[in-house]
Amino acid sequence: MEKEYWRWPEYRRTVPGEDWTKARVITAGVDVGSVSSKAVIMIDGELYAYSIMRTGSSSPDSANKAMERAIEGTGMKLDDIHYVVGTGYGRVNVPFANRAITEIACHARGANYIWGPTVRTLMDMGGQDCKAIRCDEKGRVTAFLMNDKCAAGTGRGMEVIADLLSIPIEDVGPTSLMVEKEPEPVSSTCVVFAKSEAVGLLRKGWPKEMVLAAFCSAMARRIAELLERIKVEKDFAITGGIAKNIGVVRRLEEIIGIKALPRKEGFDPMVAGGIGAALFAKALYEKERQSA
Amino acid sequence: MIIHYGYKDGSGEYFISIDTDECDGCGKCVEACPQGVLETRTMMIDLEDKLVATVTEEHRKKIKYSCAPCKPEGRPPCVLACERRAIIHTWKLVGK
Amino acid sequence: MKTITTGIDMGSKNVKVVILKDAKVLAKGLTLSGFDQKEAAEKVFNEVLKKASLSLDDVDQIVATGAGKEVAPHANGDISMVGADALGGYFLFPSARTIIDVGAEEGRAVRCDERGRMIDFVINEKCAAGAGTFVEAMARALEVKLEEMGLLSLKAERTVPMNAQCTIFAESEVVTLIHEKTSKADIARAIHDAIADRITSMTRRLGIQRDVVLAGGVAKNIGFVNSIERALGKKLLIPKEPEFVGALGAALAPLR
Repeated sequence: MEKEYWRWPEYRRTVPGEDWTKARVITAGVDVGSVSSKAVIMIDGELYAYSIMRTGSSSPDSANKAMERAIEGTGMKLDDIHYVVGTGYGRVNVPFANRAITEIACHARGANYIWGPTVRTLMDMGGQDCKAIRCDEKGRVTAFLMNDKCAAGTGRGMEVIADLLSIPIEDVGPTSLMVEKEPEPVSSTCVVFAKSEAVGLLRKGWPKEMVLAAFCSAMARRIAELLERIKVEKDFAITGGIAKNIGVVRRLEEIIGIKALPRKEGFDPMVAGGIGAALFAKALYEKERQSA
Repeated sequence: MIIHYGYKDGSGEYFISIDTDECDGCGKCVEACPQGVLETRTMMIDLEDKLVATVTEEHRKKIKYSCAPCKPEGRPPCVLACERRAIIHTWKLVGK
Repeated sequence: MKTITTGIDMGSKNVKVVILKDAKVLAKGLTLSGFDQKEAAEKVFNEVLKKASLSLDDVDQIVATGAGKEVAPHANGDISMVGADALGGYFLFPSARTIIDVGAEEGRAVRCDERGRMIDFVINEKCAAGAGTFVEAMARALEVKLEEMGLLSLKAERTVPMNAQCTIFAESEVVTLIHEKTSKADIARAIHDAIADRITSMTRRLGIQRDVVLAGGVAKNIGFVNSIERALGKKLLIPKEPEFVGALGAALAPLR
């Protein structure tokens, strides 16, 4: 079986010291992305547990798997959850969801929870898309842009190069920073042409880390261009798999002249959407109970 | 909230930007578009449902192609039709 | 005095050379650009000179065009690709008013008037989905030889939509379609329809006027021709060797 270089490893986590049996409101958010599916459980609006799993060929299956993994070992059952919101590309296919909400709103709300009310700009890069979001102090979206048409500036674009160089995704960032002198970025935006360019560079004798640096630099520029349309305002946060790629993050910070908020311990940057969804679930649940 | 539908790729940038605060869902832009790029749809905004104009799922990734015939670098029909100035069109080929 | 002119089309995939004597084709040749385009151009240029029984000194004008025209050997002039398309297309078909040229890395459309002068043009560049590279990449994903793609697509029984507008994402979509047991013929047709759709949309910006000429390597793909004729609702004029239209146009430039 071919090694899949660009797939982040699957795992789950329970926040230590929390007891769900004492919670008033238990909600879940399920974010089904094109590459990974995330399930987040929150108790009384605080993070309790989450899972990150690969998305398979069936969205409902992926949602189920992510949810099962998230509750694994907690003693919780699906029935214990009061309200579930589905989000992400496969949000309409979360069979046990009460409601589907677009990922834009969920990511902004999630970032607001993770980093607090100072977040104003958010960049989320998933497997097959890149989102740029402006939000207010309550995590409400004021502007939004998503590219899911062009592979440049998406996780998939990174995979093509990681595959070419046979470098696992976790190593891409650190390896790209091993260069003595920062090379010119790859000139093609189009990943197909960028790959040919990379092949040419390797033939010219460029070491892998230099080719990687050139590509990460180009990707950082792609992202910066996207952000330009909505204008970056501090504080700036990054979510999605790309947040774990220090090679792209550092170069992006350099280009836009703003440092991203540091990653928070215990919060995988890929679960921001799920967190937001679970928080909306709580709000909708309480709203329904009030009007009942 | 301003939603930018579209993309930037190697060949240029192509966006239809809709201000959902200004948009009242009147549908005039939808009628004005000769290619069926736009539609009105109920969206959840701040936990409330609102009827606003959006770019159809089918055309979101094809704005370069779908909108090309209207020569949107000028003022395309959708922009001219909107009385609330809730819609802006960007269509730029790179270089030559 | 008989004038001998040469056109060199430095394409990203192939270099094409055409030698004209008083507006008649003396000889032509083509070779892969490979990793050293300049070297490849030098080689095929010399081969074509030999075919025409000429030496470098016999040639009065050498005009370059194409993506790599800056590094064309021996050139003493150059012309844009769209300019070359207009000249070459009109020369082959005086009734041509719209010329569509789909190369390996770029798709172009040109409108010309009744005297072959370029009126307007549109270039779809730097995105593989709008050029021949798209079909090549899809052929790889389908595990079909590029030369067989056209014929395969004509065997399609159903229309299958293709959602991806990016070559990279389309590759994944093809893999998914194969998993879902969609026939390769149907997928091949969807691939040709997708790129034909993109090319047609760009051409519509110019206003499509008959007669429409299709040039470039992709014009040899009968599946693509079928798709684009359906998309345009018109039959196209296709030269016997469509990949030489650019080089021909470049060779004609000094004779304007």
